[in-house]
Amino acid sequence: MNKPTASPPTKIPSRDIKTIVNAGLARRHAAERRFRWYGLIAITLGLTFVVLMFANIIGKGYPAFWQTYIQVPVTFDAAVIDPQGNRDPQAIETADYAALVRAGMRQLFPNVQGRLELRALYGLVSSDAAHELQDRVLQNPALIGASQEVWLLASASVDTLVKGNIDRALDESERPIKDNQLEWVDKLQAAGKIEKQFNTILFTSGDSREPEQAGIRGALMGSFFTLLVTFLLSFPIGVATAVYLEEFAPKNRWTDLIEVNINNLAAVPSIVFGLLGLAVFINFFGLPRSAPLVGGLVLSLMTLPVIIIAGRAALTSVPPSIREAALGMGASKLQMVGHHVLPLAMPGMLTGSIIGMARALGESAPLLMIGMVAFIVDVPKGFMDPSTVLPVQIYLWSDLPERAFVERTSAAIMVLLAFMILMNGLAILLRKRFERRW
Amino acid sequence: MIRQKLALAVATTLLLAGAAHAQSARDYISIVGSSTVYPFTTAVAEQFGKGSKFKTPKVESTGTGGGFKLFCAGVGVQHPDVSNASRAIKKSEIENCAKNGVTEIVEINIGFDGIVVASSKKTKPMPLTIKDLWLALAKEIPDPATGKLVTNNVKTWKDVNPTLPANKIEVLGPPPTSGTRDAFVELVMDHGCKEFPAIKELEKTDEKKAKAVCQTIREDGAYIEAGENDNLIVNKLVANPNALGIFGYSFMEENLDKIQGETINGVAPTFENIADGKYPVSRPLFIYVKKAHVGVIPGIKEFIAEFISEKAVGDDGYLSKKGLIPLPGAKRKQVAADANSLKTLAP
Repeated sequence: MNKPTASPPTKIPSRDIKTIVNAGLARRHAAERRFRWYGLIAITLGLTFVVLMFANIIGKGYPAFWQTYIQVPVTFDAAVIDPQGNRDPQAIETADYAALVRAGMRQLFPNVQGRLELRALYGLVSSDAAHELQDRVLQNPALIGASQEVWLLASASVDTLVKGNIDRALDESERPIKDNQLEWVDKLQAAGKIEKQFNTILFTSGDSREPEQAGIRGALMGSFFTLLVTFLLSFPIGVATAVYLEEFAPKNRWTDLIEVNINNLAAVPSIVFGLLGLAVFINFFGLPRSAPLVGGLVLSLMTLPVIIIAGRAALTSVPPSIREAALGMGASKLQMVGHHVLPLAMPGMLTGSIIGMARALGESAPLLMIGMVAFIVDVPKGFMDPSTVLPVQIYLWSDLPERAFVERTSAAIMVLLAFMILMNGLAILLRKRFERRW
Repeated sequence: MIRQKLALAVATTLLLAGAAHAQSARDYISIVGSSTVYPFTTAVAEQFGKGSKFKTPKVESTGTGGGFKLFCAGVGVQHPDVSNASRAIKKSEIENCAKNGVTEIVEINIGFDGIVVASSKKTKPMPLTIKDLWLALAKEIPDPATGKLVTNNVKTWKDVNPTLPANKIEVLGPPPTSGTRDAFVELVMDHGCKEFPAIKELEKTDEKKAKAVCQTIREDGAYIEAGENDNLIVNKLVANPNALGIFGYSFMEENLDKIQGETINGVAPTFENIADGKYPVSRPLFIYVKKAHVGVIPGIKEFIAEFISEKAVGDDGYLSKKGLIPLPGAKRKQVAADANSLKTLAP
C-alpha cells in the first residue's frame, strides 16, 4: 500500500490521496482491532490456564494443611513406663508406649473384642501416637502415673474419611476404612472427640511413608542449603565475570568465543549439568552423593550463565557518560567500575540473579543424577548431610500409591509456588525501587 | 579481579577437599535401585530408623538397572550398601560387580509384586488370557490362515477373541526403561506367543527371531507408553473407560473404588491369588546387600534383620499393608535363615 506515496505524487490531485487514505483507513483500523483481540484472547487463554492450574492445586492441596486428631484418654501407667520405679531415663525412653495408646483406645470402646476387631480399632490412630506419648513423658516425667485426655494423630485413612474423601456408599472391600471403623469414627465424631487441627507436622518433620507423618521440613532445608551454595558460588563469580568481560576484556576473537559459549551454556538442558556434576564432583572429587553441596555446585553451573548474561545487560545499560565523567575526574578504571558503574548496575544484576535462583529452586532433573532423588527422614543439618529438595519431594510423593499423598503433593506444590512468587516478587520490587533510567 | 577469582578458586578447592575428607565416614546405610521396591524399602528404613539406635537409611530411587550400576561400582563408603531390584541380578551385572571387586553379594527375596491389567469400574470386566494380551499387543502375529507372520493390525478386543467386547484396543503401560515393563514382557508376552504353533516352529529354526517376535510390542498406538508414574495411569483409566492399564498391585489396591483388575487366565488379581502363585503375572522382588560393607557401615545386619522380620514381611506385616505380597511361610523361613547368615550368591 506504500507504492502510491513512493511514486511521484505530482499527477495525483490531493482529493484522490484523501480518498485512497480513507478507503484504506477502515481496513487498517480493522486490522488493529483484530490484533488487539488476538492479544486479548492470548492473555485470557494464558490466564485461564493459570487459574485452572492454581484452582486444581489449591483445591486438592488446602485440606492437607489440616490434620485429624482423636482425643484419647491415656493413663501414663507407671507399671508400663517405669516398672522398676527408679525413674531410669533409659527405661523411660524404651518403654512400650504403644501399649498405652492401645489401652486408651480400649477405654474408648470397651465392648470391642477379638484380635481382628481390636487391630482395626488400634488402626484408627497413627503409629506415631506412641512417639508422641514418649515425647510428652520425656519432657515431663511427672506425668507418670497420671491420666490425661490426649489429642493423638489419626491414621491417614481416618483423616481421609473425616475430610470427606471416602465414599461411604461403596462396598466395604473397596474402601480403605472398614464398616466397624466407620461406626467408631461416627461415634467419636458425635462425641466431639475428633478434631481437625492445623497440620504442623507438614512443616516440622521430614519425609515419611505414613502420609499423616510426612512433612516437607527436610526438603525445605535441603533446598535452603542447596540454594545457599548456589548463591555463594554463582553470584560473586557471575558478577566478576560480567564486569571483566564488559569493562576490562579486550574485544577480540577470544572474548567473542567466550561470549558465544556463555550464551550456549544458558540454553543447555539442565540434565546435562547433572551428568557433568556426577562425573566431576562425585566420581572425580569423591564428594558424597545426595549432599546439598554437590547439588549447589551443579545448580550454580546452571545459574552462572544466567547471572553473567543479566549482569552484562545491566552493565551495558549504564550510560557511557558516567564512565567518561569518572575517568575524566581522574579515577582509575577499577575505581570507575567499583564506585560508579557497579552500584548503578547492581539492581539489574540482583534481579537477574534472583530469577536465576528461582529457576534453580524449581529444578529437579540435574539432581536426579547426583542422588538427591531419595527418601530421607532425618532433616539435614548441613551441607554434607544427605538431603532432597522441594521439587524432588513433590515428584517422589506423586509416585506413591497411598491416596492421602495426593493432597500432600499439592500442598508441597503450593509451598514451592509461594517461594517462587516471593522470589520473583522480590526481583520486581528491587527493580522498581532501585532501577535508574537514563 | 583476577586475584579475587584466584582466591575464590582456591577457596572452592579447599571446600571440596574438606568435603572429600568428611566422606570417609558414613554412618547411615545407603540404598539405591528399583522404584517398584522403593515404597517397601522406605517403609522398612523408616521403621528401622525409629526403632533402633542407628540413623535412618537413605533410599534413592534410581531404577533397577541404574541401581546395580552404582552398587557394582566398587567397595567403599562412597558406594551404596544395598540395591533394590524388581528382578534378579543379571549375569552381566554380577560380572561387572566382580570386575570392580564386589564379589560377595547377598540376595534376599523379600516378596512378590503382582502386575495387574486394570480398567475403570465404569466398564464391564473383560476376562483376559495371556494369549489375548499377546495377540492384542505384539507387533507381528501369525496369520490365522497361513501361519505366516504379518504386522498386527487388530483393532478391537473382539478381533482378538470373539467372546470379548468390541472395544478399541488401548493399553496404557510403562515405558521400556521400567522394570514393570520388563516383567510384563517376560511373564505375558513370552508366554502368550508360545501358544501359537507357528512361533514354536520358528523357535526351533531361528531362536533369536522367535524371541524378538514374542517380545516386541506394537508401536501403532494400541500400546501407549504412559510414563513411570502409576498414579497417572490410574487417573487416565478413570478418564478413559475403554482403556486398560498395566501397573503394580499396590496401586490397584489403593484405588479399588475407581478401578478393577481384570482376571487373567480366569484368575483375579487378589492378594490371596498372587500369594498362592495362582495369578500368572507376578514377579519376585529382591534386595541385594554388599557383604563387604557389613561391619564397616553401622547397622546393616540389623537392617536386614528388620527387613526379613515377621512384623515387616510376614502375612500381617506392615509391608503387606503397603501392597507387598509375602512369600509362603516355609520359603520365608529359608530366606530369613540365609539372610541372617549372609549367604552370598554363587560366583
